[in-house]
Amino acid sequence: MDSQAYASATDTLPAEHGHPPFLRHHFESVSQQREAANFGMWVFLLTEVMFFGGMFCAYLIFRNWYHPAFVAGSNTLDITLGTTNTAVLIASSFTMAMSVYAAEIRRRGMLMFFLACTIVLGFVFLGIKGVEYHQKFVDHHVPGPSFSIEEFVHPSNPKALALTPDMAEKTQLYFSLYFLMTGMHALHMIIGISLLFFLLWRAYQGAYTEGHVMPIENFGLYWHFVDIIWIFLFPLLYLISRYR
Amino acid sequence: MSSTIISLPDQTTARLPRKSYLNQEYGLKSWLLTGDHKRIAILYLISITFFFIIGGILAGLIRMELLTPAADLMATDTYNKVFSMHGIIMIFLFLVPSVPATIGNFLIPLMVGARDLAFPKINLLSWYLYVIGGIFILAAMVLGGVDTGWTFTTPLSTHYLNTHVVTAAMGIFIAGFASIFTGLNFIVTVHRMRCPGMTWFRLPLFVWGHYATSIIMILGTPVLAITLVLVAMERLFDIGVFDPTKGGDPLLFQHLFWFYSHPAVYIMILPGMAVISEVISTFSRKRVFGYTAVAFSSVAIAVFGFLVWEHHMFIMGVSQYSALVFSLLTMLVAVPSAIKIFNWAMTMYQGSITFETPMLYAFGFFGLFTIGGLTGVFLATMGMDIHLTETYFVVAHFHFVMVGGMLMAYLAGIHFWWPKMTGRMYPEAISKLAAVVTFIGFIVTFFPQFLLGYLGMPRRYAAYPADFQVLNVFSTAGASILGIGYLLPLFYLPWSLIYGKIAGDNPWQATGLEWQIQSPPLTENFVEIPIMDHEAYDYEWLANKTQHEVQTVG
Amino acid sequence: MSHISPVLWQFLVNWLKHFAIFPPEASTIAPYADALYFALVGMTIVGMLLVGTMVTFFAIRYRKSNHPQAIQMEGSTLLEATWTLIPLGIFLVFFVWGAILYFRIFNPPANSMQVYVVGKQWMWKAEHPGGQHEINALHIPVGIPVQVTLISQDVFHSFSIPAFRVKREAIPGRYTTVYFEATTPGKYHLFCTQYCGTDHSAMIGWIYAMRPDDYRKWAAGNTSGASLAQNGERLFAVMGCNACHAGNSQARGPNLYGLYNSRIRMTDGTTMIANDAYLREKILNPSLHVPAGYVPIMPTYQGQISEEGLIDLVEYIKSLDSNYRLTQMMNKSELNSAQPAPIGGANQGPGAAPLPGATKP
Repeated sequence: MDSQAYASATDTLPAEHGHPPFLRHHFESVSQQREAANFGMWVFLLTEVMFFGGMFCAYLIFRNWYHPAFVAGSNTLDITLGTTNTAVLIASSFTMAMSVYAAEIRRRGMLMFFLACTIVLGFVFLGIKGVEYHQKFVDHHVPGPSFSIEEFVHPSNPKALALTPDMAEKTQLYFSLYFLMTGMHALHMIIGISLLFFLLWRAYQGAYTEGHVMPIENFGLYWHFVDIIWIFLFPLLYLISRYR
Repeated sequence: MSSTIISLPDQTTARLPRKSYLNQEYGLKSWLLTGDHKRIAILYLISITFFFIIGGILAGLIRMELLTPAADLMATDTYNKVFSMHGIIMIFLFLVPSVPATIGNFLIPLMVGARDLAFPKINLLSWYLYVIGGIFILAAMVLGGVDTGWTFTTPLSTHYLNTHVVTAAMGIFIAGFASIFTGLNFIVTVHRMRCPGMTWFRLPLFVWGHYATSIIMILGTPVLAITLVLVAMERLFDIGVFDPTKGGDPLLFQHLFWFYSHPAVYIMILPGMAVISEVISTFSRKRVFGYTAVAFSSVAIAVFGFLVWEHHMFIMGVSQYSALVFSLLTMLVAVPSAIKIFNWAMTMYQGSITFETPMLYAFGFFGLFTIGGLTGVFLATMGMDIHLTETYFVVAHFHFVMVGGMLMAYLAGIHFWWPKMTGRMYPEAISKLAAVVTFIGFIVTFFPQFLLGYLGMPRRYAAYPADFQVLNVFSTAGASILGIGYLLPLFYLPWSLIYGKIAGDNPWQATGLEWQIQSPPLTENFVEIPIMDHEAYDYEWLANKTQHEVQTVG
Repeated sequence: MSHISPVLWQFLVNWLKHFAIFPPEASTIAPYADALYFALVGMTIVGMLLVGTMVTFFAIRYRKSNHPQAIQMEGSTLLEATWTLIPLGIFLVFFVWGAILYFRIFNPPANSMQVYVVGKQWMWKAEHPGGQHEINALHIPVGIPVQVTLISQDVFHSFSIPAFRVKREAIPGRYTTVYFEATTPGKYHLFCTQYCGTDHSAMIGWIYAMRPDDYRKWAAGNTSGASLAQNGERLFAVMGCNACHAGNSQARGPNLYGLYNSRIRMTDGTTMIANDAYLREKILNPSLHVPAGYVPIMPTYQGQISEEGLIDLVEYIKSLDSNYRLTQMMNKSELNSAQPAPIGGANQGPGAAPLPGATKP
C-alpha cells in the first residue's frame, strides 16, 4: 500500500482544471487559494484588532481618570493637520480600492497609477505626521526627561485651559498614549508602504493583471484596516471637548 | 469481520518507502528554505528540544539550590535569573509551541486531507521568528540574564532592575508572532483546506483541539505583544503608563498580562488534550465516547479561558465583586475539562486495550492532569486562593497541569506519531520504562510542593526557613528521577532513527487519514486528495478496508 | 544507624525535628480556611478515586487479551449531562464557600485595631498608631481584630502570614487592607510572597502574637514617644497645610474635623467616602476629585512626602474624627480590661463643624 492515497479508487476530481501559474501546488483550485488567502487576511486583521485593543484599553482607563488632562492635551494638537491627514488617508483608501478594481479589470497601467497614488498619499500622511511630531518635540510635549508641563500650568495661549500642576503631570500619560497609538499606526503605514513598493514592482511585471488579483485585494484589506484604525484614533486623540 | 484483522501488522515485511518527504531533497538549504509543513515540524522539533534541554538544566539548578535552606549554591540574584529564564524558556519557547508547532504542524494537513498548510511560507516564517525570538532570549541570558520572573511584573521590571529586560521582552514579542502565525495557519487550513467529505464533525479531535488553541493564539498573543511593547517603552522612555508616581496603574499591567497569560495556559494544555483523544481512542480500538462533547469542550475552554484572567489577582486589591464574577467563571471553565476526563475514561469502556508507550503516557496524563485540574479548583475558590496564591501550591498546581499534563501528552504524541514521522519504531521496552520513571519522578518532585504550599512557602525564594527542608529534599530527589525519565527518550529516539524497526504505514491500526498513507509521508502528502467517506474513529471502516486489501492484494 | 555515621545521624535527627507538613492554626480565620481546604482535598481524593477506579478497572477488564473485539458506541447524552452537572454543582458549592471566606477575610469588623505596614525592597516597616515602629516584625495582641493597611513604596510586595491563612498584596500607590484576629500567642512566619527583586527571599519577618497585657507592656516599652497622629500633626504644620485647612470660616481649604469616613459630594455630582485611600489621594493628586464648593488650588505633594509621612497625615486627619478616636479608645480599653474605658473622647464629637457638602453616613 505504500505511496498510495487510500481514496484513489474513488477519485472524482476532474483531472483537467487548467493550472494557472500562480496556483500554489498545495491548493486544489484557484477559488480555494483565493478564499484561503482572503480568510487568512481577515484572521490576521482580527489579531491586529487585539493588538491595538490593548492600547485602546489603557486609553479608556486613563481618559476616564484624568479627563481634564486629556482635554488639555488634546487641545494642543493641530486640528487642521489632523483633519488633513484624515482626508489624505481616506483618499488613499479610495485609490487603493481603485487599484483592486484596476487589477480586476486587468489594466496594468491603471493599477500601477493607483498603487503609485496610494504610495504618494501614504508618504503625505507620514510627512504631515512628522510635522506634528516635530511640533510636539519643540513644545517639550514628548514624554521622557524633556517633558514639560509649563504650557498646561501657565498657558501662553489665553484660550487654553490651565490645569493644576498635579493634573498637568497627567498630560504626560495623554502624550504617551498619543505617541504610542499614532506611532504604532505610523509603523503599520510604513510596513504598508514597503509592501506597496513590492506590489508596484510586481504589478509592473504584470503579475496581478492576469487574474491573480488576490495579493492586491488582501493588501487592500490591510490598508483599509490601517485607515479604520486612524478613523478611531482621530476623534479619540484630536477631538476631546473641542467645542469650547 | 474477525478480530484478527485489527492487530499490529507484521513489521518484518514492512519496507521503508522509496520516496518520502525526508529524501525528496537533500542538503541544509532544502531544509532551511522548505515550505513543507512536515519538514518545518521537524525543524521545530529540533529547536524546541534544544530549548527544553536548556530549560531543564535551569530547572535542575533550581532544585539543587533548594536542597538546602540557605542560598548557598548560588547568590540570590543568580537564583532569580535562573528561575526567570527557566520560566521564560519553558513557557514561551517550549510549552507554547511544543505540540502545536511540531506534532500539530506535521499532522493537521494530513488529518484534514490537505497537501500542506494554507500558507507554507508563513509557516516557515513562523519558525524563523521562533528562532530569532529564541536567540534574543538566549542573548539576554548570556549577556547577564533577566530577573523579572516570567511575569515581568511592573514596576519591578520597568524601574527597579538593571538586567536585560528589553532584550528578553523583544524575544518573547518575536516568538509571540511565531505563535500567531501558527494559529493563523491552522485556522485557515481547517476552514478552507478540508478534503471532500471532511465535514466539521468528521475531523479528528486532534484538529478540534488545535482549532481551539489557534483561537487563543490569534486573539491572546497580540495583547501580550502590546503589553511587552508598553513595558519596553516604559523602561526606555519612562512613559508612565504603569508607573503609579506618574498617574499610571501597575494593576493595568496585571490585567493586560494575564489577559494573555491565562488563556496561554490553555494554549499549553488544549493541544495536549488533543493528543490524548487520539491516543486513548487508538489503543482502546474504539471511537471516542461522546465525540461532540469532547469537541465542543475544547472550544468552550478556549472561549471561557478568555474570561477568567482576574483570578490571578484576587489578593491585588481588585473589586471584591469583580473577583466574585471571575471566580464563578473560573469554576465554569473547570467543567469542560471534567467532561473530557470522563469521556476519555468511558472511551476505554468495552474497548480492546493494549498498553504501548503512548498509552502509558496517556495514563500518566490522566492521573497528573486530574490532580492538576482539581487543585486548580482550590485556587479558583476565592477564600482558599488567599492562602495558597504565590506559594508552592501554585507552583505544584501548574507543574501538574503543564508538565504532568502537557509534557506527558507531548511525549505520548511524539511516541505515537514517531513511526509516521520517521518511518521507524521506537524501542518499546525502554520507552515504557521511561514513561514509568517519568511518572514516578514527577509525583515525587511535585507532590511535596503541594504540602509546602499549604505550609506557606512562597514562590521564587532562594532561601527558606529550615522547617521546609524535608519536603524540598524530597522534591529535589524526585527531580533527579524525573531528569532520568526525560533523558532516556533523548537517547533512544535518535537511536531508533537508524536501528529502529521499520514501522509500516499503520503500525497502530489507527483510523486517522495520516495512517492511511505511507510512513514517512510523501512531500505532497497524498497522491490524490482523499475523499472522507466515513466518520472519525470508524474502526469498522478500517477493518473492512483492511479485509478488502487482504482479499485483493494478498 | 548512629554508629555508622554520626554526622548523617545528626543530620537526620535535625531534619526530622524540622519536619512540618501542616501550618499552625493561629487565627480565627484559620479553622474556616482549613475546613474549606480539607473539603477541597476530599473532593480531589474522591475525584481521583473515581477516575482512577474507572481507568484501572476498564484497563484490566477490557485489555485486549480479555476483550479482543472492541464494541463501538456513540456517547450518551444522559451520562455526559451527569458528569457535566455534578461537577458543576460541586464547583458552585466551593465557589459560594470560598466567596464567603474571601469576604470574611477582606472585610474587617468596624472596631478592629489599626496597624500600618509599608513594604519596600526588602523589608516590612510596621507602624502602630501609638508610635511603635518595627522592621520585619509585627507585635499584635491575641483576641483583638487587627486591620493592617498595606502600601508599597516601590514594587509589588505581598504580606503573607501562613499561620493566619491571610495574605494581601502591598501595591505601590494604593492602600490595601487585610484583617485577622490571632487566637494563639506565639511567633509566626511573615513572608513576602510577591517576587520583588534580589532579596525577595530575605524579605521575611516574624509576627509576635501576644497576650493583651504582654502586648500592652511591649507597646509601652517600645513607643517612639510620639503617636502617628502626633507626627502627622507636626508634619501638617511643617508642610504648611494649616494655612488653608485652618478650620475657620475664612479658610481656603475644607475643614478637616470630622471628615474621616464622611460622604463628600464632588463638583461633578458624585459622592465619595473620605477613607484612607481618599485622603492619601487628595494629598498627592488634589485636583483629581474636587469637593463641591471648592476650587482646586491645593498644590500637589507628590514626591515630597514619604509613604510613612502620608500615613502620619492620614492618621492625624483620622484623629480629628471623634468616632474613629472612640473606636481606638475602645480597643485600648479591651487590651487593658483591668481599667474602665475612658470615653472622654466622645464628648467633643458633635462639636466639630461639619464640612460643607459633607454628610455623615
